[in-house]
Amino acid sequence: MSVHSFQEHFDSLIDRDVTIEPKDWMPDDYRKTLIRQISQHAHSEIIGMLPEGNWITRAPSLRRKAVLLAKVQDEAGHGLYLYSAAETLGISRDEMYNQLHTGKAKYSSIFNYPTLTWADMGAIGWLVDGAAIMNQVPLCRTSYGPYARAMVRVCKEESFHQRQGFEIMLTLSKGTEIQRKLAQDAFNRWWWPSLMMFGPPDAESPNTEQSVRWRIKRFTNDELRQKFVDVTVEQARVLGLEMPDKDIKWNEERGHYDFGKINWSEFYNVVKGNGPCNKQRIEARRKAWDEGKWVRDAAMAHAEKRKARQSEVKAA
Amino acid sequence: MTNDKLNNSKNEWPLWEVFIRSKAGLDHKHAGSLHAADAQMAIENARDVYTRRMEGVSIWVVESKHIQASDPGEADSMYDPASDKIYRHPTFYNLPDEVKYM
Repeated sequence: MSVHSFQEHFDSLIDRDVTIEPKDWMPDDYRKTLIRQISQHAHSEIIGMLPEGNWITRAPSLRRKAVLLAKVQDEAGHGLYLYSAAETLGISRDEMYNQLHTGKAKYSSIFNYPTLTWADMGAIGWLVDGAAIMNQVPLCRTSYGPYARAMVRVCKEESFHQRQGFEIMLTLSKGTEIQRKLAQDAFNRWWWPSLMMFGPPDAESPNTEQSVRWRIKRFTNDELRQKFVDVTVEQARVLGLEMPDKDIKWNEERGHYDFGKINWSEFYNVVKGNGPCNKQRIEARRKAWDEGKWVRDAAMAHAEKRKARQSEVKAA
Repeated sequence: MTNDKLNNSKNEWPLWEVFIRSKAGLDHKHAGSLHAADAQMAIENARDVYTRRMEGVSIWVVESKHIQASDPGEADSMYDPASDKIYRHPTFYNLPDEVKYM
């Protein structure tokens, strides 16, 4: 087959909604886009462990501590599913780590905000995981098989994350005046960054069209953001919390809630590395990687020694 | 230093494919992959990565480099011989209505 007919074959698979698998021919840009998106996604899971890890030792009860530990452990698992999905495209795990540690690869900018109070654990679960689920559910049907299968696992596990966050918010908002204030304050701080998680507006997102064509993405950033606003307004009402946006208003004609302007210069500034915790996050990952080196080397040396010993026994 | 960076995938723990039996009586099914220094560690890591919610009662691991796979480019000729043999399926045969169970 010529490159042209390979391309035609690929396009027809995409058009018929047939999944692309690692050994299938695929255009270079499709491969590159996927490597970028899946590795960024994996990095986000791993970096995402840090803001919540901050509160494990200070969880207010044993139940909350067990739940938070399980959630952070899930995030490690999600990172691992996604790294292996990206590896099927021909990039090594170490190269992905290297891209993260040198700042070449990005991760979700939401994790560059600090977790100041226990209520942040509630707001992150409710809003950040809620926004993530909104993004991730359509990815279960994304065109690349290993990515789609990883996302099915991730989504199954993620819904507990959002519920536990909502439960924390509900407990706080029905608690003492101070607890209610903590919940409202966390809501105020995490609301706008959560809306930014869906990425720049469609008009400024040059890759969206191609990604939708390839069925890597199934909805645009703005479509998903609107969906998130619509469900969150209702949930905030249940919590009895005030929306941190005065422009939130039901629009009868559109059948959606209108909302205020997002501060995109803040978003780009955080993406560029100037958020409150960017340096700290990468520093923590680098430190873990460097200090873990002797463990990785020792495990490898031990495995090799054992293999050598076994072949000696066989030879004798 | 640069050299070390370029070659660092050589120090990577090998990649393993993980297969999980979800309950007694069912087949092992491919769950995903992971890195581990040896088979023992691969099984332990698979337990933590793929069975956190009681998804399995048995785990197989095999180093990914030992998997031989068919070529998707040859799928047409590979599976073509089976495509015109519908008589291998029970629905190919017409039975009179009187025959109730067969």
